[in-house]
Formats: sequence, structure tokens, C-alpha cells
Amino acid sequence: MILSITNTHEPATDLGFLLHKHPERLYRRAFSCGTIHVFYPEAHAKRCTAVLYVELDPLELVRPQRAVGLRASGMEHYVNDRAYAASSWLSVAMAQAFSSAMNGHSKEKPELVEHPLPLEICLPTLPCRGEARLIKELFAPLGYAVSATRLPLDLHFPQWGESDFHQVRLSITAPLKQVLSQLYILIPVLDNHKHYWIDLDEMEKLLHRGKNWLAIHPLRELITRRYLKHQKQWTRQVEERLTATDPVDLHPDDQTEIKTEVKKSVSLKEERLEVVCQEIVRRNPTSVLDLGCGEGDLLRRLVRTTGIPRLTGVDHAIKSLKTTSERLDRDHLPETRRKRVTLRQGSLLYRDERLTGYDMAVLMEVVEHLDPARLDDFSRVLFGAATPATVLLTTPNREANARFPNLEPGQWRHPDHRFEWSRAEFQAWSQTMAERFGYRVSLRGIGEEDAESGSPTQMAIFEKETDGLKTGTTSGTQRKECRV
Amino acid sequence: MKIEIPELSLVLLVGATASGKSTFASRHFLPTEVVSSDGCRAMLVDDENDQKVTPEAFDLLRTIVGKRLKLGRLTVVDATHVQKSSRKMLIELAREYHLFCIAIVFDLSPSLLEERHARRGNRPFSNKIIHGQCEELRRSLKGMEREGIRHVYRFQDPSQVEAAKIHRVRLWTNRRDESGPFDIIGDVHGCLTELETLLERLGYRWEIDAAGERRLHHPDQRRVIFLGDLVDRGPDSPGVVRLVRAIVESGMGLCVAGNHDVKLARALRGKQVTIAHGLERSLEQFAARSPEERAEAASFLDRLIGHYVLDNGRLVVAHAGMKEEMQGRSSARTRDFALYGETSGEVDVFGLPVRLQWARSYRGESLVVYGHTPVEQAEWLNHTLCLDTGCVFGGQLSALRYPEKELVAVPAERMHHPPTRPLVTPEDAVLEENSLSPQQQADDLLDFSETIGLRRVVTTLAGVVRIDTNSAAAAMEMMSREAIDPKWLIHLPPTMSPSETAQDPGMLESPKEAFDYYRRRGVVEVICQEKHMGSRAIIILCRTPKVSRQRFGLIQERLGVIHTRTGRPFFTSSDSEQEILQRLSAGMETAGLWEELQTDWVCLDAEILPWSIKAMPLIRRQFAPVAVAGESLFSSLCAWTKTTWVDDPAWQEWVERTAMRHQAMHAYRRVLAHHGQGDAEGSGLRVAPFHLLASEGKVHDDQTHLWHLSKLSRLAEALPDLVTTTAFKPVDLHSERACAEATDWWQALTAAGGEGMVVKPATFVTSGSKGMLQPAIKCRGPEYLRLIYGPEYLLPENLERLRPRALTTKRKRALQEFALGLEGLHRFVARQPLREVHACAFAILALESEPVDPRL
Repeated sequence: MILSITNTHEPATDLGFLLHKHPERLYRRAFSCGTIHVFYPEAHAKRCTAVLYVELDPLELVRPQRAVGLRASGMEHYVNDRAYAASSWLSVAMAQAFSSAMNGHSKEKPELVEHPLPLEICLPTLPCRGEARLIKELFAPLGYAVSATRLPLDLHFPQWGESDFHQVRLSITAPLKQVLSQLYILIPVLDNHKHYWIDLDEMEKLLHRGKNWLAIHPLRELITRRYLKHQKQWTRQVEERLTATDPVDLHPDDQTEIKTEVKKSVSLKEERLEVVCQEIVRRNPTSVLDLGCGEGDLLRRLVRTTGIPRLTGVDHAIKSLKTTSERLDRDHLPETRRKRVTLRQGSLLYRDERLTGYDMAVLMEVVEHLDPARLDDFSRVLFGAATPATVLLTTPNREANARFPNLEPGQWRHPDHRFEWSRAEFQAWSQTMAERFGYRVSLRGIGEEDAESGSPTQMAIFEKETDGLKTGTTSGTQRKECRV
Repeated sequence: MKIEIPELSLVLLVGATASGKSTFASRHFLPTEVVSSDGCRAMLVDDENDQKVTPEAFDLLRTIVGKRLKLGRLTVVDATHVQKSSRKMLIELAREYHLFCIAIVFDLSPSLLEERHARRGNRPFSNKIIHGQCEELRRSLKGMEREGIRHVYRFQDPSQVEAAKIHRVRLWTNRRDESGPFDIIGDVHGCLTELETLLERLGYRWEIDAAGERRLHHPDQRRVIFLGDLVDRGPDSPGVVRLVRAIVESGMGLCVAGNHDVKLARALRGKQVTIAHGLERSLEQFAARSPEERAEAASFLDRLIGHYVLDNGRLVVAHAGMKEEMQGRSSARTRDFALYGETSGEVDVFGLPVRLQWARSYRGESLVVYGHTPVEQAEWLNHTLCLDTGCVFGGQLSALRYPEKELVAVPAERMHHPPTRPLVTPEDAVLEENSLSPQQQADDLLDFSETIGLRRVVTTLAGVVRIDTNSAAAAMEMMSREAIDPKWLIHLPPTMSPSETAQDPGMLESPKEAFDYYRRRGVVEVICQEKHMGSRAIIILCRTPKVSRQRFGLIQERLGVIHTRTGRPFFTSSDSEQEILQRLSAGMETAGLWEELQTDWVCLDAEILPWSIKAMPLIRRQFAPVAVAGESLFSSLCAWTKTTWVDDPAWQEWVERTAMRHQAMHAYRRVLAHHGQGDAEGSGLRVAPFHLLASEGKVHDDQTHLWHLSKLSRLAEALPDLVTTTAFKPVDLHSERACAEATDWWQALTAAGGEGMVVKPATFVTSGSKGMLQPAIKCRGPEYLRLIYGPEYLLPENLERLRPRALTTKRKRALQEFALGLEGLHRFVARQPLREVHACAFAILALESEPVDPRL
């Protein structure tokens, strides 16, 4: 990763005094994972440019203990852009190589420290997802002139599309100290995955380097959130300290890019939970099976707000079960509450004795994650083998997708959805299931209803026929046998 | 006194304290066979006399005894057992596990016991207790056998105890030491002519022995097993009984009892029985025979055993089947099951009992061959086979050759008796075409608890492969989230190890090390195959969509499936998949391969090209951004260094190194561009199959790689627009020239960025002195490896650090997965139950979830 700083305030070579680096000498300093280099491609009275290059050792970088901040596992861990992209590594290197300049010390030219200088910053590999909009929105309010060129993934393969890297040039007339502090904060904000863990120190750094400008930056919230790796405990404190008189209701999630959309679907999610809980409570069940419990939103609510004695969360993802267990905070729940909840791995595609004998099974936004070819197996596992007295199932209504501004036509609401049903399709499927396995079914919508496209979520409630004649049978013809 | 004890039974030692039970037990039984109440007390509270913990101690005793009986171990319980209630608990336990209970009673004089008690002096209770116990014992002596104890042995003075000898008696059902070969014959029902024809067909001949008796003989020393129901309904029941008796009594065969045989025997003895279901015919026929013959027949039929366990437990025969937990046990319930099977108590429209399908839930490893229920065709279901193919109703008389598992049948000469219930109803006949086999019906859904948890899969090639609980959980997640229908998932390809790190400088992998690996293990002939840079795919190809139902048991008919190495659908659109399968299926037709292989499905191992079909997201998200960032960084860096003037000798050196790094980045872009060509799904798509893994009735792991490639090249000839051949080069490892040529060939393949080659022994499965060898070793090209190890891996300081590579785990896994992959195919081809086929693919997924350096 690399950046250059150019000064054109004559004599431009004063930059060397401010940076405490001699223009005719190579500055090198060992760094965790590599070496910092500072050198001057040009250094004369009219124009002086210093380059800070952090040479990261690609092999050192992929050692497991360095993996913090790499989202990926497997191969992505080994071949990645970390050695080349401008990231939090660059900020750390700046703080080491330019500590005096950032802190405003200069032995030779103390008068220049607070003096606004005409400066130009060049960042050849600045990451920013999508268009350069965010780069401009971050730097322009601080007085920078921003020029950014988005780099294509490959010149020879235009069909590969654009990359998330931008060649960026920033110009401003401002004290060097201030520019360095702003870069120090904003580069990792753009990159959005820091290579180290966040702690109290990091929060203090943000407040220190952000003094005088962060509080009034229009994207303060986003800067804080990303800089502190979305750790609510710290972001909240920063907000409180920056806006001591004006507490702001913080958004709980971090998906700024699709801000408006998220708000909407969060509330839909809330509403869905609410409706499902009401339907459960109304039936007063003694046992509830949450199939595909995910991270346990429903279970948490049921533990807190109902007295249902037997709650079982089932998911195929071990990680989700772990998260659910943590979120339920089971170690600290009173014994009586803890005993009500069981979490276990399970699958909707394998017959499972342990799923039988429940009053209710709930499947919230689960069925659409199944391959359509496996729906038949699923139906026999659920209705044919587990045979809960009541099944409550929610799924998106595809017709309402047009009302989601962020969805392209034909795009599903989640990348893992294998299908989304229209109301007619859902109804047809539900009725087939009910007839085949001896249930009565009723359908309703959840969420704001539209005259044409219906509600965004649809729900089916299946209730087992109690006359006992109609029971689920397995497929295929039974072989006829006759008696000797 | 001679005490006979069934080798597998529960023995109760009964007697007051100090009557010498423990001494007796230690003299006659293994210490581990004896479970004592005192011992259980000691285990719990370190004091065998602590009466306060008696309830807990008996709880423990019951648990231990229960487990031992379940596992089939003779168990001796050393406790006083003087009270009826204490015996009752254990008698019930024996009954639960279908075993006999034997009592050995120490009925000694109280004064003797008192004396012993006094001498011991370490027990904290009074003589009163001894008296009480003796009293209770005496009271219960009479009725003990009625309580359910099979046999009571009673010692009345110490000298008898001294002189007692224990004989362990083999159970009647136990014929484990007889391993055949056998010919097992289904329900004969008096069809003598068909039986004689069948015996002849099976190769049996009659000869006259020294005593002038007619004896059955088989040139291969085979023996016959009859599954009971020799009599009733058919034309000559007495003849059949006489013949079978001769065979059994001459030691040429075995026969188990059928319900008809038992009833006839009772009728012949003049007992009151309901005469129905063809019994009247037998009685008529026997009426014409001599009283001696009647008596002999009755006594023969009476003595027939309910079931036999043979061939070291691998084979069980019984008339109406045998559940796993009853096999080799003896109890009234076991015999009832053997004779009548299990019924629900309901009656069907024909007035016949509705049978519970024990075979559907059978999970034992022993083969169970049985009869009783006429079926149209003998078909395996969970390792059980019903051999009653209704000869007397005009069907056929069937035999199973064991251990070959071949069916031999002769048709009935005519319908000797109208069927009580039609074998095939008209609706059935219509459904027949589309119906699933009994096994496929039973395999309707896989069971969670039979899939998950600590698993061991026994493979022919690599022995037992163990799967731990966490890996199984990870595999379950994969299966549930992404995988195709398990009915298709008969094979997953194994991971492949690279060669050891090259000794030559400047590279990580080279053919030399792969050749060395095989040469050192005694392999002479290897074959080098071009490694296509595509995505691995397993193709199950059917000749017609119907095959997917008939052979794979899928309800929805398709032409097959194409899946990835982790069992996911290869294509996101099933239309693209089916279109390719259609073309491949037609190509198989053109090439004549369907006919030649005598099959209507094949399993192919292939690469699908180009790489970008599957890898485009990866290229966009991961590989190309590295190139973009690197290129931009080095361009700027190099430009800036050009104008920099620094008075430092280290500077120039550094600038040169930076230029080299820039070059490395160019090279990375080149190799990425080489492999990233093409994109949209379907356009320019090529299939490069290299293993013809299996077809009906065969896994082709006994064929050489040349055979595989030559068969598949015919598919390529038939489909030049779709199928690509795999370039290959056979190499004699003892010829230096051949090795050098192959190395040149590899260099040519990889110079432009080609992935490299795979070196395989000429034979598909190859063993060395220390077991199975790696089925293949890959040598990847130096340029290609930039995509694996990073753009700059070839810089000397990087390469040196990358050289140490630990291959042991990777190689062990490669072998295990290879064995599992072939095991799955063999099981599928042998039509084993789905869960057993599935276990192999599941185990591979589980192994793949365990960490290993992904760059290998």
C-alpha cells in the first residue's frame, strides 16, 4: 500500500522538515509484517513529494494469527489484496513513520505546523465499494478537491466489470497535521475491514484524530461505525461524547449502503415476529419446534414473553446454534427458563424421530432456502414424519418484491433463496400439502398490504385433521403380499 | 452334579448369605461374567456391606446385566435372590433380551451358614438375617420354574457344591461354524417335482452310499437349507417331508420350522387343530401313508428349530424372518417370530392378518433369508430376502446361492392351489412399470440419527474410516444446505495430493517427485494425464429419463445429474444441466457405449471447462482485485522510484527487487487472463471426462486408465462439439528417456499457464508393500501456482519459505476419500440400502470439513 504527499508551498522541501524525513535519504523502518519506506521522487523548491510505501510480506500476512480482518477462509486467505490495497495497515504505518508530523511537532519549522499548505495526496489503490461516491462524500465536506478513477478488473476483459479500487488524487490547502489525521481515519473507513481488534484505545484515537472535524462531518455516524468495526459498545460512547448535548437515536444495523431499505425490512421482520408470536400464544401450545431457528430471534422472544414449557430450536448450521445459545445467554438464565429451551442440530431433509410429538412447528422464512427438487422430501419429513399438530410457515410473497426499491427485477430478497412464491403458488402448494397429509390450512399476509401485490410476507397455518382417518403415507405403491 | 448352561443365558445364583456363591462363581466363571450385588455396592460407596445403598446397587446391577445380555454375553448374577421379587426383575430382563434364565440354588443348612458367617466375622449383620433368608429360600423353592426360570439346579450339601461341573451347551440356533456354501430354498408346500427339478438345477445328484441309502451329493460340497413350510396345499407333502428328512438326517442340509409344518405335526399327533389353509390336503395325503411314516414325519417336523445363525453370524435363516435383537437367541417369542413374523393384529380384506414390515426397519448386518410371505419376485430389502415366490400358487420355487447371492428359480408346473389373495392385482400390473423396488420404497427418506454422530464406515480398500461428531455435523450442514438429492449422490471424488516439493530450485512442484513416489513403491507403469483447468464434476447420465426412477428411485424423472465435488448442483439452471445430459446421452448412443457396457446409466468423473463458468464470481471477487491493486500499486511505485535520487547502495538493490515484483504481478495477470476466458453459462462449454467410474452391475476400478480414456475418447468422437479428450502419456518409470519426455511434455503444458498434469499408476487401484498407493499425484505448473500461492510466490525469498510442505494429512485423506468414493459406487451397484451408499459420500464431506492447507 502506498500514498504520496506533495507540497507546493515554497520552499516546497519544507515538507521534509515537517515529516522529519530527509529528502536525500531513504527512510526504512521495520514494521509488524514488513517494512515502511519513505522516499522523495521529487524534492525542489517548487514541488516536493514524499512517498510512504508499506511493503507487507505476503507470506507473513497469511499466517493464521494475522488473519484478523480477512473475511475469507480457504483460498481467499492466501491470495488476497491486503498487501496492495490502502487499508488500516497504511494508517498504522503513517502513525509510526509520521508521528511527529501528525502530532504537530517540528524542530526546524514549528511555524509551519499549523500553517495551511497547498497539499496534494495521491492514493493509487484506495478501496471503496462501487462508485467513488463515498470517497467524495467523505473528503469533500472537509474541503478536499477529489478526483477519483475507478479501475477496471481487467483491461482485456471488459465483461469482468469494474473493480472496487480507485486511483484517487486529493488536493487541499490545510495544515499537514490535519490532513494526515484525516487520512489516518478515513482510509480504514473506506476499506471497511481493519486488520486488528478494536478496544478502548482505538476509540480514544478516533476522538483524538477526529478533533475539530469529526463532530461536524455529515457522515460522522458512518465514520464512527466503520472505524470501530461496528462495535456498538464503542460507537455509542463516541456518539455520546461527540454530541454530548444532542443524543442521537442510533441505528442498530450497519448496512448504510442500503439504509432506507434496511429500515423497512427490519420493521417487516419485527412485524413478522410479532404476528407469529401472537399466533403461537393464541393456541397455547405446550411444546413448540422452531425449525430453522437461525440466530434465535423467535426463541428469545418466546422465552421472555411466554411460559411455553418446551421450546426446541433446530437448525442445520452449528454456528447459528452457537450464536442462538449465546444470545439466549443460557448460562445466566434462571434454571427454570433455561430448562425450557433445547437447541439441536437437525435437518429438514432427514427423517428425525426427535422432531415428533410437538404441538406446533414454526418455520419462519425457511422453506424458500430449500432446493425446489427437495421440497417433496421436506414435506414428508415435516408433515409426514414429524406430524406436529400445528404448522406455522412464513415465506416471502414474490409479487411484493417490486415494492423493494433495492431489488432488481427478478432478484430474490436473499442470495440464498432458491425460489420465492407468488400468492397463488404458495396457496396451491399449501393446499396440496394439506390434502396429502391431512391438515386444514388457512393463509394470511404479514406486513403492509397492497391492493395489487399483497403483503410482503405470506403465512400458512396448517392444523392437523383430528378425525384420524387421513394420515400421511409415504410415496410409492405398497407391494401387495398375500398370506400362506 | 452336571450343570448344563446354554452358552448364552442368564444364570442366577440363589442362596442365603455365606452359602458360598461367590466362591462357586469365581471357580466356574470368568470374573467379568459375574455381576454381584456386593461388587456393585463397593463400586458405588467403596464398601460392599453398606446396606443403605442397596437400591442404587441393584439399579447398577440391572444396568450392567442388561447391557451384557443385549450384547450377547453369558452373565452370572451373584446376589441372594431368595425373594421372589428380586428374581422377578432379572427374569424379566432375560425375557426382554430373549434369553433363558437358569438358577443354581444353594440350599444349605442354616447352621452351616451361621458357622461360616461367624468365621468370616466381617459382616455387620446377625444370624437372624441368615435364618430369615434360608426360610425365604425354602418357601420359594417349589415355584421357581413357574416364575419363568428355564431350569433349576439345587445343591443340598457342600459336597455337591464341591463336585459340581458346569457344561456350557451350544444353543440350537447357533451354527456359526458352518459357513456353506449353501443353497437356500423357499417355501415348498408339497411341490415335490419342482423341488427335485430345482435341486437338479442347483447341481445336486443322488448317489447310493455304502449302506445302500440314497444320498444327496453336490460336487462342490454345497448343502441345502430349507426355509420351512414344506407341507400343505401342494400335491405331495409326504414326499417332500421324506426327501427333506433324508437330506437333513444325512447331514446334507438344514431345515427350519414353518407355521404349516408345526401345525401339521400337531394334527398328525392327533391334537385338536383348525383344518384350513391346505392342511386338509396334507392330511389326506398322509392318510394314505403308513402309520410309521406318519409318526416319523411328525417327529421330524416337531424337532425343527425356529431359526439358525450361520457363517459366523453373517447369515440368518428363518421361516418368517428374524429381527436383529432376536438373532441367535432362544425364547418363546423368538420362535413365534420365526414361525409367524410380526402382525399388527388387524385383518385385511382377504381376512388375512396385516403384517408389520419388520424388514423395512431391519438395520442388522447379517443377511436374513426367509419365506412365509409369497412375493412375486425375490428382492433384497435392507439385507433381507424373502424367497417364497409362491410355487404352490403357480409362481416359482426359488433358491438363493450363498455366499454368491445368486437367485435360481424353477417355474411351478401348474397352479397347485388358487392363491388366497392375488399376487398381482390388476391395478398393480398397471403400476408395475413405474413402481419402485421394495428397497427404494423403504429408502424413501434418510434418517437423521442414522446419519449423524460418531461414524465408522468400513471400506474394502482402506478398512475402517472414522468420522468424528463435529465433522459429521459439518457434513450434515452441507447436505442440508446445498446438496442434491442423496439418491443421486453415489460418488464424490477424492481430494488429490500434490507431489512432494521439488528438489530443483525455482519451482514448487515438478514431475520428478511424482515419478519418484511411484518408482520407490515398485510401480513401473504410470500414465500422465493433462490436468484440465476447469471445475470438477460428477456426471450421472441415464439412457432415458425412466432410468432415474427405476434405478435411482427418484420420483421426478430426469436424465441424470451433474454435481460438484461437494455434491452441489453444478449448474444453477437445471435446463442447462438437462440439455448437456441429453447431448451426452445421445453421444453414448452414437458411440455404442450403452450397448457395449450393457447399461442404461453411467457415472463419469470429469472436468467441465472453462474454469470461468463456475469461477467467475471468484475471479471478480478475489483473483482479479489482487491484480488490479497490485498493478496500480507497482506502476505508481516504479514510476516514483525512477525519479528518486537517494545516496544509499541498498536503494538500487531495492528498486530492482521492486521491478521484479512488478514483473511477478504481470505474470499473475497473464495466468489469470489465460484461465479467465469465456464466461456465460453454457457458451463454449466443454466436458472433459477422464474416468468412466461405474455402469450397471460394475464399478470399473478393475480397468486400467488406458481403458477409461479409450472408452471416453469414443464419446469425444461422437460429440466433438461438447466432449474434450484428455491428453495423456504412458510412462515407463525405469526408462530415463520416457521420464524426460514426460517432463518436457509437462513443461510444454504449463509454460503458458496450463494447470499441469496428474500422474497415476497404470491401474486404477494400486497397492505397494505398505498398502494402497496414492491413486494420483498432481504436478501443477509454476505459472498456474501463482493463483494458489499468490502472485509473488516465486521470488526467491518467498519460495524458500514455502518449500516445507506437510503432505501427510493430505495424502491420508486422499486415500480415505478414494476408498470411500469407490465404496459408495460398489454399494450402489450391489443395490445396497440408500443409507449405506449415502454413508460414503457423507463421510467424504465430513473429511473435507477437517482443516488441511487448501493450497495443497
